[in-house]
Amino acid sequence: MHKESELRPPLILGDKTWHDITEDVCRPVESKANKWWWLAFSVSLAAFAWWIIAVSYTVGTGLGVWGLNKTVGWAWDITNFVWWVGIGHAGTLISAILLLFRQKWRLSINRSAEAMTIFAVICAASFIVSHMGRPWVAYWPLPLPNQFGSLWVNFNSPLVWDVFAISTYFSVSLAFWYTGLIPDFAVIRDRANTKWRKRIYTILSFGWVGTAKNWQRFEEVSLVLAGLSTPLVLSVHSVVSMDFATSVVPGWHTTIFPPYFVAGAIFSGFAMVQTLLIIVRKVLTLEDYITVYHIDMMNRIILITGSIVGVAYLTEFFIAWYSGVEYEQYAFINRATGPYWWAYWSMMTCNVITPQLFWSSKLRENIFATFIISIFVNIGMWFERFVIIVTSLHRDYLPSSWTMYSPTWVEAGIFIGSLGLFFTCFLLFARVFPVIAMSELKTIVKSSSEGAKKKASTTPKHEQHA
Amino acid sequence: MEKRYWKGVEELNNDPEFVRLRDNEFFEHLPLDEALQKRADSDSSTSRRDFLKFVGFSVAAASLAACDAPVKKAIPYVVKPEEVTLGIPNHYASTYANGSDYCSILVKTREGRPIKIEGNELSKVTKGGTNARVQASVLSLYDSARLQQPMANKKRSDWATVDAAIASGLAQQSAAGKKIVLVTESIYSPSAKKAVADFSAKYPTAKHVVYDAVSYHGMIKGNEMSFGKATLPSYHFDKAEVIVSFSADFLQSWVSPIEFARQYGETRKLRNGKRTLSKHYQFESMLSLSGANADQRHKLKPSQQAAAVAALYNKVAALAGGTSVNAAATPLDKVLDTVAKELVAAKGKSVVVSASNDPNEQVLINAINHLCGNYGNTIDLDRTCNLKSSNDTAVAEWMTDMDAGNVGAVIFWNTNPAYTMGGSKALETGLSKVALKVSFADREDETASLCDYICPDHHYLESWGDAEPYKGHYSLMQPTIRPLFNTRQAAESVMKWAGATQADYYTYVQDYWRANIYPMQTGISSFEAFWNQSLRDGVFAASFVIGGASAFNGDVVAAAAALPKPASGVEVVLYEKAGLSNGADANNPWLQELPDPITKICWDNYFAVLPAFAEKMGWRQGNVIEVKANNTVVKGPVLLQPAVADETIAVAVGYGRTKAGKAGNNVGFNAYPFVSIAGGAMKYHATGANVAKTVDDDYKLAGTQTHHTMMGREIVKETSLAAWLKDPQSGNHPELLDSPYGKKKPSELDLWATESQPAFERPNHSWGLGIDLNSCIGCGACVVACNAENNVPVVGKDEIGRAREMHWIRIDRYYTSDTTKENAADKGLGKLDMYAEMEVPAADNPQVMFQPVMCQHCNHAPCETVCPVAATTHSSDGLNMMAYNRCVGTRYCANNCPYKVRRYNWFKYSDNEQFPYNMQDSLGKMVLNPDVTVRSRGVMEKCSMCVQRIQYGRLEAKKEGRRPKDGEIKTACAQGCPTNAIVFGDFNDPNSEINALFKDQRSYHLLESINTKPSVFYQTKVWNREESAAAEKHHA
Repeated sequence: MHKESELRPPLILGDKTWHDITEDVCRPVESKANKWWWLAFSVSLAAFAWWIIAVSYTVGTGLGVWGLNKTVGWAWDITNFVWWVGIGHAGTLISAILLLFRQKWRLSINRSAEAMTIFAVICAASFIVSHMGRPWVAYWPLPLPNQFGSLWVNFNSPLVWDVFAISTYFSVSLAFWYTGLIPDFAVIRDRANTKWRKRIYTILSFGWVGTAKNWQRFEEVSLVLAGLSTPLVLSVHSVVSMDFATSVVPGWHTTIFPPYFVAGAIFSGFAMVQTLLIIVRKVLTLEDYITVYHIDMMNRIILITGSIVGVAYLTEFFIAWYSGVEYEQYAFINRATGPYWWAYWSMMTCNVITPQLFWSSKLRENIFATFIISIFVNIGMWFERFVIIVTSLHRDYLPSSWTMYSPTWVEAGIFIGSLGLFFTCFLLFARVFPVIAMSELKTIVKSSSEGAKKKASTTPKHEQHA
Repeated sequence: MEKRYWKGVEELNNDPEFVRLRDNEFFEHLPLDEALQKRADSDSSTSRRDFLKFVGFSVAAASLAACDAPVKKAIPYVVKPEEVTLGIPNHYASTYANGSDYCSILVKTREGRPIKIEGNELSKVTKGGTNARVQASVLSLYDSARLQQPMANKKRSDWATVDAAIASGLAQQSAAGKKIVLVTESIYSPSAKKAVADFSAKYPTAKHVVYDAVSYHGMIKGNEMSFGKATLPSYHFDKAEVIVSFSADFLQSWVSPIEFARQYGETRKLRNGKRTLSKHYQFESMLSLSGANADQRHKLKPSQQAAAVAALYNKVAALAGGTSVNAAATPLDKVLDTVAKELVAAKGKSVVVSASNDPNEQVLINAINHLCGNYGNTIDLDRTCNLKSSNDTAVAEWMTDMDAGNVGAVIFWNTNPAYTMGGSKALETGLSKVALKVSFADREDETASLCDYICPDHHYLESWGDAEPYKGHYSLMQPTIRPLFNTRQAAESVMKWAGATQADYYTYVQDYWRANIYPMQTGISSFEAFWNQSLRDGVFAASFVIGGASAFNGDVVAAAAALPKPASGVEVVLYEKAGLSNGADANNPWLQELPDPITKICWDNYFAVLPAFAEKMGWRQGNVIEVKANNTVVKGPVLLQPAVADETIAVAVGYGRTKAGKAGNNVGFNAYPFVSIAGGAMKYHATGANVAKTVDDDYKLAGTQTHHTMMGREIVKETSLAAWLKDPQSGNHPELLDSPYGKKKPSELDLWATESQPAFERPNHSWGLGIDLNSCIGCGACVVACNAENNVPVVGKDEIGRAREMHWIRIDRYYTSDTTKENAADKGLGKLDMYAEMEVPAADNPQVMFQPVMCQHCNHAPCETVCPVAATTHSSDGLNMMAYNRCVGTRYCANNCPYKVRRYNWFKYSDNEQFPYNMQDSLGKMVLNPDVTVRSRGVMEKCSMCVQRIQYGRLEAKKEGRRPKDGEIKTACAQGCPTNAIVFGDFNDPNSEINALFKDQRSYHLLESINTKPSVFYQTKVWNREESAAAEKHHA
């Protein structure tokens, strides 16, 4: 006889049947959008329009319209790039690593988190292209056969590794995401009552019929892609960190960067997932699927990774002191006490102090507190990249070249615009794609056993033995 | 009968074959089947696929041809001029005598365009040196603000009309007995002087008034009072062991700065076994370039200088035996004791100079030099200097005459009093009473726009001419391009109006040389040969020896009695900047964008004040203040400048032009109104100034360096002469790193290479630059030379303010701070406080250090490894190369450059209205060096070590089947340097100068601990002064 602990709470609430799940997940796709969606979509689209204007202005006029200078060659551009790439990491971690570890609670959130990954990587890639002086030759860092003689890319350059890392990451994430979507598209297709919806979802669902063979292949592909994605969770941000770690700039040249960046990426990624899902579950009435349990779980990850990041910050300082290197020591003193001290202390407050509040289970399970803290973490992680990039560059080796940096409206426009791009994509996703992996979620629904359990717990003991 | 014509015999004969084919449209067989259908038995080679290919190709070709590709027409020479070969530069010797600066030069022309100025090494005056103004002068040729034809009453005219009108006007005024005044800047061209003399002969009422914006009248007068010779002497700083300067910025602006810089540089070199340095004392109120280089610099307010000179005279007189004079008390008494002792000890081997325009002070200076036995040794009164001959008395007289209505005509030649007299009302009203006003200005400047006629002068690169900067030293000026516009040389105009018989000024100059200079030599028997040789060499020097001591008969007691007394209150002192000097070239964007050697500010002048004084007055940098002095009020921004004397405001002249042209108009403010006349001589400082802050308090000054101290880092390494004599490596102890193998040099800890197996090979050449920090004076000639050679764009003030200057070479200027790593503990400062305090330059009197920094051409280049597209790579001869075409503009290389020498094209700087400088119009573009690509936007650029020059030199050598000789190839910075502080060469050549320098123990690589293995090295700065205890502790 199967005996399950009464203590283990169900992962989704509300005694959902398979049909309930189908109804709940398909509702946003099949119904008309409400005014809140339209409002959010308009704002996002407006921000995206600003992105288009700012990027076009930059490409048309030159990077001089940004606030960069001879000493600070990267600032908001690469800050945003790293920030967006980092955000993407939660999706991959949830869908790949948690899959391998059989963490079933991921099923309520993996679809949105993966979508977030895809859109975040798109935003990140947009910064790679727009920060180039000649974006029209942005394909040159790809090792393509060409007619320039034996001209090849420079495999020594971390930027080339970056190109490989990001493109691999994007393609694997996209494949993984899409594979998961296929059975759900088929559900929508089968339920479709309009001609165009039927046609579109027929194409999207790749002829899925739900046979045992379909499911077997689905499982196999998911497992393979999860296996491929797992190293990417660690490698992509490690490679991104090498942009800095392999340089000679004091404050960048740090061997701790790869693990520190990966922890930071997961940290910020989960914070972004929290920010998004707390809104999504409310707006799409998915509270039964994305429960406080999920939020609590993710808060624990935020707490762990936030602590790792905090330790990394302290380690950097220790190593700077321990190295005895003048330039290194000054770089860190300048971080904390120089002209950009406010950025450093914003980072420390948001990234090290606020997540520590999650030691309290009350706060972990408090949705509003989680939302606020997740915003703090998002801000803190943005400042972390700003601190690393700008405060290291602006005062490096020769004081004669020390300068300050301040952004222009164009850079602000591109950043806010990238948020617009992200949310435009995400809102469209929430309207036309099933935001929860319903087919997979159904595998953890135990409506009859849960019912029996419930019945058992409400029935007096003696009756059970009867 | 019907006529019949046959197509051929076949038709006539009704050949059966013909009959068969007759009815076919195509008489001959068309291989249609073969073309359209490949048959097994067909011999056709055209398949359907081929047919489609042809169609495709034709369509593609037709559409491509339809695209409108930009057509650039290159017009070849129909008749190739002799000696002009496309791609091969020609050099012509000439003379830069623009204004009162003098330099003997070589002009590099390409395809008939002058594009670069180099120093002429044959000159015994400037000896191949140049300065920023000389280097930039080629750009003024292509200035679109120049007038393109003569102007009559503000309307375009032609030479015949203008000549006739002026001739009749002059005749009329002369007949009426009215004075005809020729106002010129100092003229030291013998032919031009003769033209002036001819003019005076023709018009008896003519008067020649020499008016320089910055006058040396007081010095000339002082010499007259001392020796009966109203002239300037020549100075030989190279023979001096002790140099004492009272405010004279002889390295930047005073009398003949290029010549003096070269001489001074010789005394500051420690090579080829030379183990002595000159000892340089500077007494001044603002921080000048010479003061920055001085071993000991002492501050005094402008009005305190005379007393200090008198005190020094007394001390020297006490030691060397001379009459003592009454001298006011001076705070520098103790210092002057030492100076006097050293002067007397170095008898005959010292120079004392003063910038004062007060004849009495100059008499005392002369007396000091006389007592020190310098005349005949370091100062030569026989080889007189003609560079400055301004006569302030004559100027005053002219003004009075004009006001009285006695002047009928004024001709302005190379002078712009409407600007340099600071908008003087006297000049304006005076000029309104003059009937005929003529200007030779090349543009409608402040004075020319008040004139009836403008007869625009040639640029000097279009002119014939000569110069006699020193008695017996002649140099020739020759045109290197046909006049761009319908202009005429001013000297030719004067000559014509004087009624000379010669057809043109060229003949006039030749005639003068035939009559006067040719006889000075005996070696060459024909004048043509003599002329050709002089023209080729650019110079001719009659032999001379340093003259004997002249009898000093100045009245020192009277002179001392006439000295002004030290004043109290705020004082203003004027100076000339390295770039703009007196302001004549204000429309030259290269000069405007040249950072001031001291303040590093571009495109502005300002009131430089001591930070402590500013604090007392409640001013911050950028506050606009009003300074009332000399009965005028001038508004300008405040700049906090360490090392200025307390209660003193230093301000540069040359700015605030209103009619210079697009680039120069309304840049800064005009400080000339502060010039006053005292005792018959112009006075370049003012006492009793009133200052007030205005409401407008946030003026942005744009500079290329905003952080001023070295933060305790070993960047400019320095030591003292005494320490260096004891230990040739003093101040330059190698940076050792801790390693598992003990302390090691960074180069020994290479991951890839060992000493026996280097990571790279230099099989042929290994180019490098050696920079002697001891002889670099920080003047900025290299910066402008590099701009000209490498087509470096001008970006303007706004972009400089955003730290986006494009200069490939910069001169870092560091001040010392009061707090050092060594004394921080004694001061009880923690690390944070120490760093905070080290950011602040020593407010009172910091030492100043200069360091030219260009791409270091690292052999382990951090930039090269990070470029994703391999746009920057290394050559096998040690150069870090940049392929602009390949660059995608990630800026990663610039971030990773520890020296921050990479420059990014933030915008398209050419053909862009946002940057209205020389790369915008087709005239300005004529200055571009065709050997160097004009970079487009979005790509990185940086110093290439003048790779185009290296290639040219190598190819020239190769054609002759030899290796390039040492010194044959020079980078633009090395060639432009007036002190030879930069040496270019091949490390693989065992006998090269650079190898010898590199082996010297003063040599070091910048930021050696990162182990970038640069091809550029520096040599320790050695001061000739006692080190402070703290510094000694540090070196120990």
